[in-house]
Amino acid sequence: MRPPGWLWVPAAGAVLVVVVPLLGLLTSVDAGRLWPLLTSDASVDALLLSLRTALAATVLCLLLGAPLAILLARGRWPGQSVLRALVLVPLVLPPVVGGLALLTTFGRRGLIGEHLVAAGITISYTTTAVVLAQTFVALPFLVLSLEGAVRGLDPRQEEAAATLGASPWRRLTRVTLPLVGPGLLSGSVLAFARALGEFGATLTFAGSAQGRTRTLPLEIYLQRETDQDAAIALSLVLVVLATVIVGAVYARTTKGAR
Amino acid sequence: MIRRLAASSSVAVLALALAACGSDASDASDDGETTLHVAAAASLTDAFEEIATDFEATHEGVTVDLQFAGSSDLATQIEGGAQLDVFASADQANMDKVEDAVDDPQVFATNVLTIVTEPGNPQKITGLEDLADPDLAVVVCAEQVPCGAATKTLTEQEDVTLDPASEESKVTDVLTKVSTGEADAGLVYVTDATGAGDDVEAVRTEGADKVVNRYPIGALTDAASPDVAADFVDHLLGPQGQKVLQDKGFGAP
Repeated sequence: MRPPGWLWVPAAGAVLVVVVPLLGLLTSVDAGRLWPLLTSDASVDALLLSLRTALAATVLCLLLGAPLAILLARGRWPGQSVLRALVLVPLVLPPVVGGLALLTTFGRRGLIGEHLVAAGITISYTTTAVVLAQTFVALPFLVLSLEGAVRGLDPRQEEAAATLGASPWRRLTRVTLPLVGPGLLSGSVLAFARALGEFGATLTFAGSAQGRTRTLPLEIYLQRETDQDAAIALSLVLVVLATVIVGAVYARTTKGAR
Repeated sequence: MIRRLAASSSVAVLALALAACGSDASDASDDGETTLHVAAAASLTDAFEEIATDFEATHEGVTVDLQFAGSSDLATQIEGGAQLDVFASADQANMDKVEDAVDDPQVFATNVLTIVTEPGNPQKITGLEDLADPDLAVVVCAEQVPCGAATKTLTEQEDVTLDPASEESKVTDVLTKVSTGEADAGLVYVTDATGAGDDVEAVRTEGADKVVNRYPIGALTDAASPDVAADFVDHLLGPQGQKVLQDKGFGAP
């Protein structure tokens, strides 16, 4: 079915809102200085730390978020809708609020952090704090995508497996999960991309130390104080990374849907 | 060429944004009312609010519109053509960035660093050498911002190597981390320690008086009200302005 032609007008506006600022960023890149700026110790440290922590956060999101998504999609239990709303809260929170929430929980004086410190574990100012902050903001993306994918499944295949005597665990691993593969993948990639861009919660909760907690977004924020060209060069890396990652996955999932 | 295009379009956007906020650029209107636009470093907030009130009291028909941000943000705005009358920077480097746009900047205040700890100084910190202890969570400013540049000069001068738990982009973030107990100690300006009152304890810091941060101020060359702008600078350098600054912990120029 063809949509009405006039939709192209507002749609073009939407594209402009997103693409023009990215174009602005691109045109102000100082090509001559790009390479030395990108290969400086601070930039490389920040990029590697970002990739490492975002990957760890994605794995955490998968391990914790996938079971939750399946329960939210398939289970019938009291408080289900309240829990779903709560899990989505980080999506709409201002980043600094997320940081404060983590700080008051896991900080040295925090609800849980206080006891951890007494046990000899400090989370503040460590790479763990960065992963925690990234997981906090990225988790909803995974839960939301996967829950949607599971709900979109035709339940008859799972029912058929059940009538053939498959246990719940076998049904999940042999029928449900393979069927939601694309949803799982796109959810993970979205979570990874969100973790890569995490800024406010990290700054508030984890601090900023080179090689330990200063991720790429924090390095950009700091570089801008003295050298806007360096900040723009690093921003370009982040934009390219995000575009490639999101683009690659969406190309696959939309192809699969056809 | 593309860069220039991008720059001029961002100026246009800024101008639009300013217009949308209803701040009229040509403020010297017919009825004798004048709005003086003063941009000042965030660390001057308390002092400048008081000084602006004093200035308005002695200058009838003048309203001082203050905006505070990091000095580098303000310098970027001035480079972008923001319509301002006076610029007060927290360091010489950011004033130098806009030297073509500012008339003869003068130093009006100084600031030095101090160690701050939690109230009562539970870790018994007595000087910079104590901050080198790897078991302490010490937070300082990053080298890229003025307070961090001063921190680097100070630690080099005193021959102390710190291993900070975090390097913050704003001196206020260092102060918050210390006052909330997230950090054992930090290096901030004396004025921040004064402003924080009982939330932190300042520790006498050997050699800090030799690393002096100077705050320059100047009227902009294209100020809408050059006379009032010059008056404001004079007021700040005069006894009334200096008294307020010194009450807040700033040193004399």
